[in-house]
Amino acid sequence: MTIQEIQAEIVDEFSMFDDWMQRYEYMIDLGKSLPLIDESLKKDENLIKGCQSKVWVHGEMQDGKLVFTADSDAIITKGIIAILIRAFSNQKPSAIIEANTNFIDEIGLKEHLSPTRANGLVSMIKQLKLYAVAYQTQLN
Amino acid sequence: MLDIQKIRKDFPILERQVNGKPLIYFDNAATSQTPQQVIDCIVNYYSHYNANIHRGVHTLSQEATDAYEEARIKIQQHFNAAKPYEMILTSGTTDSINMVANGFTSLLKKNDEIIVSALEHHSNIVPWQMLCERTGAILRVIPMFENGQLDMESYTSLLTEKTKIVFCNHVSNALGVINPIEFIIEKAHEVGAAVLIDGAQASPHIKADVQALNVDFYVASAHKICGPTGVGVLYGKEEWLLKLPPYRGGGEMIDQVTFEKTTYAGLPHKFEAGTPNICGVIAFGAALDYMNGIGFEKIAAYEEELLQYATKKLLAIGDVTIYGTGKKTAVISFNINNIHPYDIGTIVDKLGIAVRTGHHCAQPIMDFYKIPGTVRASFSFYNTKEEIDVFIEAIKKAKMMLS
Repeated sequence: MTIQEIQAEIVDEFSMFDDWMQRYEYMIDLGKSLPLIDESLKKDENLIKGCQSKVWVHGEMQDGKLVFTADSDAIITKGIIAILIRAFSNQKPSAIIEANTNFIDEIGLKEHLSPTRANGLVSMIKQLKLYAVAYQTQLN
Repeated sequence: MLDIQKIRKDFPILERQVNGKPLIYFDNAATSQTPQQVIDCIVNYYSHYNANIHRGVHTLSQEATDAYEEARIKIQQHFNAAKPYEMILTSGTTDSINMVANGFTSLLKKNDEIIVSALEHHSNIVPWQMLCERTGAILRVIPMFENGQLDMESYTSLLTEKTKIVFCNHVSNALGVINPIEFIIEKAHEVGAAVLIDGAQASPHIKADVQALNVDFYVASAHKICGPTGVGVLYGKEEWLLKLPPYRGGGEMIDQVTFEKTTYAGLPHKFEAGTPNICGVIAFGAALDYMNGIGFEKIAAYEEELLQYATKKLLAIGDVTIYGTGKKTAVISFNINNIHPYDIGTIVDKLGIAVRTGHHCAQPIMDFYKIPGTVRASFSFYNTKEEIDVFIEAIKKAKMMLS
């Protein structure tokens, strides 16, 4: 599936929920259920600094596709990470570079991706794109 | 007794809704809300007598200068300083601290010692580290106990003839603990050290008397005491302010200027270079009038009632750890089980409640407790027990969702 298709699927899933409580409960479940990153990758160089919640991101190429793992010590942040990983991981770097994050708006989680929110998610997305740019440069 | 419903009507912001719920503002330790009387003062200034001060001969300038200097006297009287010119008007507590730390550059030599407490905000650590870098002085730290109280025995043993300045907050911003500043000041003076007390967190709750405290420097911000942001005060004993060199060069702070040499103006102008936040200072005066009109004793008594009520209800939820106990202002810094404070803050925000989460710019304290941060609820005299009830229900809901 393309990034766009996955995003549409996530939007569709979230449209089932009537209110913010249900959306958050779903995210919290996502955050709890997923082992997102290998413990050995939770090291300082993968840590996004200056945030209230810690966010770790790691990316590596597997068969021409960029695979991300990430994690956070805050569960709601982790839930959103799970959604972002689902949308962006296991895609070609060029597709990741071009993709946007508008679907976060559509599922009612816009506030978490505000540049002023100190949760590390904005920096995380920047980091995902940087990985994509770096691997794309290698491929060229 | 305070008429809380009448007081609440003075704060237009308390009418607003957040995420479809009535706002419950429990982030008063970060900044307090502004009463209509202060808002009116700001509007009145810009509507009727906005002008630059201390220079024009015209009527507007004279009126603005008079109002500005009247505000200085209000601030002096509030803190019971001996002279109005001992009140240096600044852009806030951080600015005031930097002014003193910078001024001590020429007064310190290598291996002199500076003492700060373990309970400090970053703005209270960094300027002294920078001072140490400039002068070769050494930074010593008063350790804290598990309950958030400072270890006064260790403090006493740190004091020597090498100690030149002791710095401590009156009330800890992260925990709300009231520090024994009378003891700290007295002991520092025994070895001839100067003492700077940060009153930013104390000032909304405790009316400090700088003469009775016999403190050398005391600093505070207007925005924690119902005033505007961007304004604060540095109280300094006259003898100390005369010793310190000016911090910033510019207009207002000079006496005579030639390209060969400039002589500086007297106090307080030596430290007030450039056009100050005239409106902000006047509004600071109005905020103090407002607070004193209600009365600090009444405010403190009511806030203590809120603190006790909220503490009891919060502990009853279970799995709650409160950091900092003993003599406190109306601040509860806490965590629930291993739930990240950011998660709790996010859920309660959805329910219209404003609390602070994170390390509160006091990472060393969080390191001490080995936690990423806390949830901090801080109350003001315009808060109510009914709001605390809603807050407690919100915390229960957050705990249920996140556990």
